[in-house]
Amino acid sequence: MKVVLQNLTKIFPSRDKKDKSGEVIAVNDFNLEIPDGKLIGLLGPSGCGKSTTLFMISGLEEPTGGKIFFGDDDVTKLAPENRGIGLVFQNYALYPHMTVQQNILFPLQNLKGENRLSKEEMLKRANEVARLVQIDEYMNRKPSELSGGQQQRVAIARALVKMPRVLLLDEPLSNLDARLRLQTREEIRRIQRNTGITTIFVTHDQEEAMSISDFIVVMKLGVIMQTGKPQWVYDDPANLFVAKFLGTPPINVFTGHVENEKLYIGEEEVLDVKGAADQEVYVGIRPEGFILKQTGKLTCGISGIDVMGRDISIVGTNGSAMTPAIRAIISADELKNAQGTVAKFDLKPHKVFLFNKESEERVWFGSQIEAHAEMVEQMKAEGQYYTTHTGPLPREQDDKPKEDKPVEEKKGFIAKVKAFFSRKKDAQDAQPSEAAEPSEESQETKSEE
Amino acid sequence: MEMEKTDPALNVTAEGAEVLAAEATGEAEASGKKPALTPEQKKIRWKAFYNKYKAWLYLLPAIIILLVFTVWPIFNTIRLSFLIDYNYQKQIGGKVFEVGFSNYANVIQYTPFLKSLGTTMLLTVITVPISTLLALLIAVALNSIKFFQRIFQTIFFLPYVTNAIAIGMVFMAMFTQIGTPPYVQSYGIINTIIKAFGGKPINWVNQNSNYWANIAVVCIYIIWNALPFKILVLLGGLQSVNKQYYDAAKVDGASRWRTFWHITVPLLSPMIAYVVITGFIGGFKEYSSIVGIFGDKMGPYSADWQLMTIVGYIYRNIEGSNTNQGRASAAALILFAIIFVVTMINLYVSKKKVHY
Repeated sequence: MKVVLQNLTKIFPSRDKKDKSGEVIAVNDFNLEIPDGKLIGLLGPSGCGKSTTLFMISGLEEPTGGKIFFGDDDVTKLAPENRGIGLVFQNYALYPHMTVQQNILFPLQNLKGENRLSKEEMLKRANEVARLVQIDEYMNRKPSELSGGQQQRVAIARALVKMPRVLLLDEPLSNLDARLRLQTREEIRRIQRNTGITTIFVTHDQEEAMSISDFIVVMKLGVIMQTGKPQWVYDDPANLFVAKFLGTPPINVFTGHVENEKLYIGEEEVLDVKGAADQEVYVGIRPEGFILKQTGKLTCGISGIDVMGRDISIVGTNGSAMTPAIRAIISADELKNAQGTVAKFDLKPHKVFLFNKESEERVWFGSQIEAHAEMVEQMKAEGQYYTTHTGPLPREQDDKPKEDKPVEEKKGFIAKVKAFFSRKKDAQDAQPSEAAEPSEESQETKSEE
Repeated sequence: MEMEKTDPALNVTAEGAEVLAAEATGEAEASGKKPALTPEQKKIRWKAFYNKYKAWLYLLPAIIILLVFTVWPIFNTIRLSFLIDYNYQKQIGGKVFEVGFSNYANVIQYTPFLKSLGTTMLLTVITVPISTLLALLIAVALNSIKFFQRIFQTIFFLPYVTNAIAIGMVFMAMFTQIGTPPYVQSYGIINTIIKAFGGKPINWVNQNSNYWANIAVVCIYIIWNALPFKILVLLGGLQSVNKQYYDAAKVDGASRWRTFWHITVPLLSPMIAYVVITGFIGGFKEYSSIVGIFGDKMGPYSADWQLMTIVGYIYRNIEGSNTNQGRASAAALILFAIIFVVTMINLYVSKKKVHY
């Protein structure tokens, strides 16, 4: 089932009804078309509105504006149970007093009228689903007697048993340990492939999203930053936020400038950038984008060498880097070039991304221009259209200048009385307000899942 | 005592022990004569003693009170229940008493006691399920409203903080009729309402009133009086239920009724079990409600003791001139046995039905 979100908006009203500034825009004018039978990852830092989006699709949260379509049906006003969705909660929300079997049967037993199945059919269906997620051995156990991964599978079985049109997963792996996480995400992939149900899942872990999704949607502050195939988004980020958010170890960001189609980091000319206009830029270099060479153009100080399994990475410093440490993954052969305290690198042009310093949007150069155009063409041809954010990028609320509200000093009762009388005596001696309230507006907490 | 180990005064304890050891050897040398302790040594000794027993010192007041007012009465009750003709023998100056089961035999064979047992059971069996169910419905309703929740909570809680006798008198006034039929001068509010709807006034609580009419009034009183506590407990339970179960039920397409029976009630079952068990215990101890409505003779005028309960029987045997503490003790122990058995049954049932 194709899912279309049209101008979807969710505004949580401020607690103070008169003061509109407290309201939180969790999801802002969200447009997305999710193709049938795909596994989609909604990805973003916490508080970016991804869970809110999911709950709006499920019907548990009512959108402030916009529409939701399943296929051609407008389901915006439909109650959750009538939408034909299966939802897996972050902490599974299995009914603790029911056995695994009762949990899976519960949605079927709620069916009414002609949809109602006979008892044998219900059991048959429950058993089928249980076998699909491989928990059929534990049918008579209570959720508390299962491990996290098993509980997770029960939750998926319960969501699948009604044969939903759309399966929604809210942070499905966040409650599992690292090893189980790997296993379960393959499991989810397998179940999704077997059933062919359009599946949308929410995560803040980019690795998780990249590993199993057909298609990822990167969000920030309720706005889509970029969509596309995971590898393509990784290889061709449209703005600094996406570049920084995807990839472990994270991308290294430097400040630099383009002059006469040459890229400078600090004083050093490091790369030819054909087709890029002169401007101040942020330079993002993936850790795997460095080549260690004695004749390298970018000079960094070495502060350490990390050997982690098959990866060897050089941790270095550079005056123009935005972070105190930069990290370059190199091969073992190159390591012999890292003698002394200074490392010199050449850069791989397709791993270097330029972003305008003002807008933080991507500046393509050289062969990247054709590669990007080709990618967009290909995505459109495959029906996986390519979207990036247009217009001014959303900023963190903290950037706003805060109003300093004058707050009167706290006083005891007697001091208040004294102040009252003294004010009467000499009204001209108006008391200046002392301390401004440290206004900690936690915009994040509200819009978080 | 384990806690000494973390005590900073541990050194003092060790020192104290040394001093004591030194004294012991010194004592042997001085051939039995106790050497005088310096104030310093005295202080150390006292500290060592204090550290060893201070936990008991802090517990002492509570232990004394418990011993005097709980443990001793329990033992004495058991003792008295087995002494034959205790009060009579005491009056004629007896010091040694015969032991036997005659008190129990007398109590069990005494018709008014059996009737009081019946009344008590009847009240319990009627009021506990009804009040629990009502409390559950009210708690769910209260939990689902947003506005005025606090106000309603306060209103429902008011009976809990009002004096039982005072409420009893108000109930009496509400159900009363002044004068004897057919010469009734005025009716209480309940009969007035019944009349307004064209019904026939009922003699609820006055002279010649029916036992079942009395029971009805007492039941209404008890249910009304038991609600606040139960609502409070259940509402607390409801508010601690994870909201996500309801979201899950919504997605699973459960109707409101099914959500209530299959989600709310099972998740509340520990609270419900608690409320039912305490309800049964309270029901078997019923006394003040009846005294509040009918006065200390526990019955309408001209039919004293018509509504006697077990606790009422016990009081009757220890107050006034005609005391028989042996029988009262026996009755108290029988009541204890009944409550014990019923609570065991409750626990057994709740083990199967309650999901912790």
